[in-house]
Amino acid sequence: MAILEVEDLKIYFPIKAGIFNRTVDHIKAVDGVSFAIEEGKTYGLVGESGSGKTTTGRGIIGLEHITAGSVKFNGKDITNKKKKTKAISRDIQMIFQDPYSSLNPRKRVRDIIAEPLRNYENLTKQEEKKRVQELLELVGLSPESILKYPHEFSGGQRQRIGIARAIALKPKLIIADEPVSALDVSVQAQVLNFMQDIQKELGLTYLFISHDLGIVKHMCDDIAIMYKGRYVEQGTKEEIFNHPQHIYTKRLVSAIPDIDPSNREKLFQFRQEVQEEYDESYNEYFDSEGLAYSLKPISETHLVALPEKG
Amino acid sequence: MGDKLLEIKNLITSFRIGDHYYAAVDNVSLTVNKNEVLGIVGESGSGKSALAFSVMGLHTKAKIEGSILFNGKDIVSLPKSELNGLRGDDMSMIFQDPLTALNPLMEIGAQISETLILHRPQMSLKERKDHVIELLNMVGIPRPEYVYEQFPHELSGGMRQRVIIAIAIANRPELLIADEPTTALDVTIQAQILDLVRKLKSEMGSGVILITHDLGVVAEMADRVAVMYAGQVVEIADVQTLFNNPKHPYTRSLLNSVPAEGQDKLHVIQGIVPALQNLPREGCRFAERIPWIESNTHEKDPVLHEISPGHFVRCTCYKHFYFPEEPKEAKVYGNTRG
Ligand SMILES: Nc1ncnc2c1ncn2[C@@H]1O[C@H](COP(=O)(O)OP(=O)(O)OP(=O)(O)O)[C@@H](O)[C@H]1O
Ligand SMILES: Nc1ncnc2c1ncn2[C@@H]1O[C@H](COP(=O)(O)OP(=O)(O)OP(=O)(O)O)[C@@H](O)[C@H]1O
Ligand SMILES: [Mg+2]
Ligand SMILES: [Mg+2]
Repeated sequence: MAILEVEDLKIYFPIKAGIFNRTVDHIKAVDGVSFAIEEGKTYGLVGESGSGKTTTGRGIIGLEHITAGSVKFNGKDITNKKKKTKAISRDIQMIFQDPYSSLNPRKRVRDIIAEPLRNYENLTKQEEKKRVQELLELVGLSPESILKYPHEFSGGQRQRIGIARAIALKPKLIIADEPVSALDVSVQAQVLNFMQDIQKELGLTYLFISHDLGIVKHMCDDIAIMYKGRYVEQGTKEEIFNHPQHIYTKRLVSAIPDIDPSNREKLFQFRQEVQEEYDESYNEYFDSEGLAYSLKPISETHLVALPEKG
Repeated sequence: MGDKLLEIKNLITSFRIGDHYYAAVDNVSLTVNKNEVLGIVGESGSGKSALAFSVMGLHTKAKIEGSILFNGKDIVSLPKSELNGLRGDDMSMIFQDPLTALNPLMEIGAQISETLILHRPQMSLKERKDHVIELLNMVGIPRPEYVYEQFPHELSGGMRQRVIIAIAIANRPELLIADEPTTALDVTIQAQILDLVRKLKSEMGSGVILITHDLGVVAEMADRVAVMYAGQVVEIADVQTLFNNPKHPYTRSLLNSVPAEGQDKLHVIQGIVPALQNLPREGCRFAERIPWIESNTHEKDPVLHEISPGHFVRCTCYKHFYFPEEPKEAKVYGNTRG
């Protein structure tokens, strides 16, 4: 069963102008996105920077007002519910993209991680300390870190504090917004292995937002590509990486940096070719406003925003 | 070797914790030539940003020892006023953390203008605005006229990052320090930004320090690469050598962690990065992460050895290093192995 169902989600931000600050237009940050995630799966959301990925995540968790459409969690409508039941707000957690601004600079690590525990569980001081230290160890930070403040950590270390906080309550769905982009690859590997381990153990579901397509390929079962608030393609990992259909997806896949410095020239050539195809068929694949067309199925799992015919 | 633009000699940057100072950058010497991209990679917490901040003179509480020569002039002891003249003009930095680097209460256009007002006071209002819009265009921001009047919180993570980049390149610096410049960006915009950096290098002969976790980006951009672990440089080589013939156990472990096709579990490095005050200050700092390597293969006081021209490796343990067979049942939860 799908644990999360998102139906025609729209999140618009008003553009205000003039001395009366009247709304003159809207930014359509998310403009009609639909998807479902099966329990225990990892669903990847990638795409253009500024295409609405974070806003989608924030909308689901209730941090952004949903303009239209619906979000269902375990079959229950949670769209714009100001008062979510305790269970739901406990079951969905988010790892935030920006490890700097998402941690309160005036709180010690212990209090940052313990905050969700204090809201939902009655632990003694001693139990709480133990839990926090266990969580820190799980994300690869030393237990002595509990007395420190966020500014005393490096970027990657801070991100791990955010992860420890998100998993403290053993949620069912985690919206992970660039969870490892601040980490070096060996620590990335640690955190990703860990995310997969707790996924198996707790039956967790992930909405995994990332720009790193190598990691997306490793982690995700299904993948969606977003562009200017809309999906341009959705499919299984295999479909997206081996048979990309939309010109934007192709361009994205071709831009993945290669770890072998001797491929520089070859890649440069390849990218140039893809770029040419992109430029040539841009007008075909996007409407007059530069937006993608609606998705059309080309297989049971593979949806592509193909040009409108006729 | 080309013209030296930046020469860091025996740099020690220490933070005070309790009653003591602990070195986050521990005796690092590095050179950046004109028209060169020096990549710096290293474990999270290994001192890369602390190093960058030292070069930019941005530490407020840290103790800095050693020397940093910029075009031959030591800038460690430079008076504030002179440093301010350099910063944002001759040398500038793209910060790892875009939100705290931007003023939340100031419109984007005004923030980019600030650096122009400071270093190009002769520009007219109109010229300045045109230049800011052009910069926003260069970094691939859509609808720049509109973004000009937006506030940081109204931008996506990647858009904020591009604003920081626009500020850093506004005055075409001779030295650009880019600390994780593209992690917040999708790969197509990343490619565009990297092209910009290449242009800055080829057209201006600028030197670039590129700090990043993305080994693909390093492989595509860097001329030389320095690898840091626990405050020290453990390996330096030209980019081909570093990726094709890495020597230091940390470098090899790092490259081994990159996800490969069809891999189930990713390779990790045992143990955790020790906190600053617990760093092993004697002997090989990486030894405790590779406990299966015999302790007598490490040097007592490991130094950098030049094993081929321009290729430096710290400690002698690299000669004996191998990857252990992955134990089947080992849980790979951070340090709770076994
Ligand atoms: N509070 C806000 N007010 C106005 N516009 C906003 C606000 N939050 C986001 N936006 C706009 O919505 C769009 C989508 O932003 P979002 O942060 O969701 O992008 P993203 O896909 O997560 O990008 P990135 O990969 O760069 O993080 C952007 O154009 C952004 O400027
Ligand atoms: N103001 C500070 N006070 C105390 N310790 C600090 C301070 N700033 C950094 N540190 C410590 O110094 C060490 C180096 O930090 P630095 O930010 O340079 O790491 P980094 O290599 O940039 O890591 P990342 O890749 O995660 O950004 C870390 O152990 C960090 O916890
Ligand atoms: Mg985002
Ligand atoms: Mg850093």
